[in-house]
Amino acid sequence: MRETFIATTTALLDEDPRTALVLADISADAFGPALRRHPDRALNVGIREQLMVGVAGGLALTGMRPYLHSYAPFLIDRAYEQIKLDLGHQDTGAVLVSIGGSYDAAGAGYTHQSPGDVALLDTLDGWTVQVPGHRDEVPAMLRAAARHDDRVYLRLVEQENSRAYPDAGKLRVLKRGGPLVLAVGPMLDPVLAATRDMDVTVAYTNTPRPLDTEGLRLLTEAEVVVVEPYLAGTSARLVSEALNGLPHRSLHLGVGRAEVRNYGTWRDHARVHGLDEAGLRRSLQDFLGTGA
Amino acid sequence: MTVTTLRRLTGDQKHAPSAHSTLDVIRVLYERVLRITPETADDPDRDRFLLSKGHGPAAYYAVLADRGFIPDGWLDRMGEWHSRLGTHPDRVLIPGVEAGTGSLGHGLGLAVGVALGLRAQGYAQTRTFVLLGDAELDEGSNHEAIAYAAAIQLPLTAIVIDNQSATHGWPGGIPARFPGWSVSMVDGHDHDEIEHGLQVRSGRPHLVVAAVEKKG
Repeated sequence: MRETFIATTTALLDEDPRTALVLADISADAFGPALRRHPDRALNVGIREQLMVGVAGGLALTGMRPYLHSYAPFLIDRAYEQIKLDLGHQDTGAVLVSIGGSYDAAGAGYTHQSPGDVALLDTLDGWTVQVPGHRDEVPAMLRAAARHDDRVYLRLVEQENSRAYPDAGKLRVLKRGGPLVLAVGPMLDPVLAATRDMDVTVAYTNTPRPLDTEGLRLLTEAEVVVVEPYLAGTSARLVSEALNGLPHRSLHLGVGRAEVRNYGTWRDHARVHGLDEAGLRRSLQDFLGTGA
Repeated sequence: MTVTTLRRLTGDQKHAPSAHSTLDVIRVLYERVLRITPETADDPDRDRFLLSKGHGPAAYYAVLADRGFIPDGWLDRMGEWHSRLGTHPDRVLIPGVEAGTGSLGHGLGLAVGVALGLRAQGYAQTRTFVLLGDAELDEGSNHEAIAYAAAIQLPLTAIVIDNQSATHGWPGGIPARFPGWSVSMVDGHDHDEIEHGLQVRSGRPHLVVAAVEKKG
């Protein structure tokens, strides 16, 4: 996904003089040609994430369209107040593109992980959050974001589904049956595997904000399970609001709050958080009953 | 006239000293330096002024009223419900205000982005100014911007109002915190000195330290 992001954003810089790129050292080598070709609007501020967002806010105030990029813990967690004030409070926007997400940097430990990035943005107004499940879903998201001035967050991770669904901005049903299981981004393949022989409806979205609440309401009968690749329960409030007045039970699966002080790979962390096929199957069976 | 206007403002007692410390610099900016009027407030090549020191914007509001950006009548209701003037300025609510500020340490980073955006769009004559307080320099985010602006020789002008209000002071002086910048030290109440400092175009970032009486 990261390579797709770099290729598409480099092309956007070539095509659209309104586009700007602001880096804080991460991926600067990969963006080398863009930095050399467009020194006036492809910028590397060094290891200064607060400044990266502040500069983006200033660029946006002059009418440019800045794309920012770093590891999620530095782009979102560290620069949270700049995101809140230098973009939102100024009534300007930018396109924030993270890598690393929840636990891609498994071997690097908690300092380089951000399971709470989407939850942090949920405290703010007006953010579109896109969580592609496949690299081929990324280019259209980046290009669409160049055509307006709103606030957009793209969350790119290593885990990918086996196929792309570029039209999954709204809920896209991939399997029809009983209770709804909503898979967000790269959670789709493990959800499909875990529910292979279950009587459930599986829907997919790569755009959890704004959440397709209308689709959610249409597809939910009495039970809904949301499987997100970030902090468990991040979407609980929105799901609850969407289903207001409909008697229902809900289960929210995702990354746990407790810090996992083990390294390994993202697969190890997915297993510990119950987000692999076996873990999801256990959780779904516990919630829905073994007859599901 | 601005002093009289300033006296109309109420509801900013808490930040009154910081509001008055900025008055002369902001007057000189608007009366002698900035290429901006209410009629050109949306022109893309207008000069930009960002009040990073959003605390105590009374002087800023008084100057904006005197220069015709906002009606005088707004000053009488500062901080009240449905007033457009808060104790920190909001760019969405106030014509002529380039950035909404209040939380310290944001204006300089924004100003660097503004200067870069103007340069990228070819507005070579357009200038960017940002005003900070000496205590505001305690915020680490400023130092990210100070170092980067020097590294890329970005021509913007930062004004620091020095009323010796930083809790631990600045041993070695404020300019020592701006390596790579050109510097003017001025009397923060002397309009000619202030203007001289603001007119400097050194081809790199420029610092104007405007000394005023110590904050009581």
